[in-house]
Amino acid sequence: MNNEWPIWEIFIRSKNGLEHRHCGSLHAADAEMAIQNARDVYTRRQEGVSIWVVESKEITASNPSKNGEMFEPAADKVYRHPTFYDLPDEIKHM
Amino acid sequence: MENKTLSLDEQFQKRIDNGENIEAKDWMPEKYRKTHIRQISQHAHSEVVGMLPEGNWISRAPSLRRKVALLAKVQDEAGHGLYLYSAAETLGITRDQLMEQLNSGRAKYSSIFNYPTVSWADMGAVGWLVDGAAIINQVMLTKTSYGPYARAMVRICKEESFHQRQGYEIMLSLCNGTEAQKAMAQDALNRWWWPSMMMFGPRDEDSPNTEQSMKWKIKKKTNDELRQQFVDQTVPQAEILGLTIPDKDLKWNDERGHYDFGILDWEEFWNVVKGNGLMNEKRLKDRNAAWDEGAWVREAAYTYASKQAEKRAKKTA
Ligand SMILES: [Fe+2]
Ligand SMILES: [Fe+2]
Repeated sequence: MNNEWPIWEIFIRSKNGLEHRHCGSLHAADAEMAIQNARDVYTRRQEGVSIWVVESKEITASNPSKNGEMFEPAADKVYRHPTFYDLPDEIKHM
Repeated sequence: MENKTLSLDEQFQKRIDNGENIEAKDWMPEKYRKTHIRQISQHAHSEVVGMLPEGNWISRAPSLRRKVALLAKVQDEAGHGLYLYSAAETLGITRDQLMEQLNSGRAKYSSIFNYPTVSWADMGAVGWLVDGAAIINQVMLTKTSYGPYARAMVRICKEESFHQRQGYEIMLSLCNGTEAQKAMAQDALNRWWWPSMMMFGPRDEDSPNTEQSMKWKIKKKTNDELRQQFVDQTVPQAEILGLTIPDKDLKWNDERGHYDFGILDWEEFWNVVKGNGLMNEKRLKDRNAAWDEGAWVREAAYTYASKQAEKRAKKTA
């Protein structure tokens, strides 16, 4: 059969108050079946209270070979971190 | 800073040496990709074929408690197959291709599943020994260098420990039962011990891929190291059951701090790998039947989904 079901990425919220997190992928004919399958595969031991599914091909990913120009500029911006600022030890609540 | 430009291969090796994980879209040597497709898919096939010998006993489990446990275990193994197929698919092979490799008999899976499960005690021995051996290998693989494989392993290891415990509990009940029940447990141990030892693969000196696998951190321990670990942890468990491991050379070596053990029957090992095990043919036949009999479901769902998508497209047009 060449009509292979598409791949879906599965995101699970483990409990209310927490974000959905990517937990894996699976094949399904449509979104509804993807949710059903995700329930059976990824929440058999109460691992989740909410499921998001998105077809893998809909995801645009950054290119790892461009990681240098993408992420390195943040490396020398230490002034974005609280520890960059020298304050006397007596200062509290800051 | 050193000015020498590193080749892609050298840069890759440096990342591995630094303990970095490799992710799906990262550059990787073709051989790293191919080795992973082969190893991960073999692992996936093992999970899937591994359902057959245990599925054999679900309907004949001796109590409801045993039945729900075995059913849940077999269901987990299907999930393990899925996690691993997904990891393999990140490397540019499709699920249908993977299924074709399995069903055509070209792909390998763990030889352990080419042994028959002839008594209920085998469900105990399989959970205890086969899952036990698999866990040792899989715990090591949670630290493997390829990210999607490592993450699948973390998920799998979380689920595995109940598998081994339910198997050991079956053995324990039999060993605390009648003479006949205990004999059944001993018989299962006798049949599963050596095949379980073989699960770690050939001796290090006969395992030409080990060096490259260690260099790429696909494996962190050699076959013989893992096998030794299995023996050391299993012997005391057998003692608690009051069962005898079928190896007359098995004895504690104070100097080494490990158990010494006898020589494995490597002829049998290679024979089963080559497809001449008792169950090779039956396993493949059953897998093919499952695939063929499920074809109409896959097609119907695909057609339904396509039609629904068409309808939605018309509505929004
Ligand atoms: Fe498994
Ligand atoms: Fe298992």
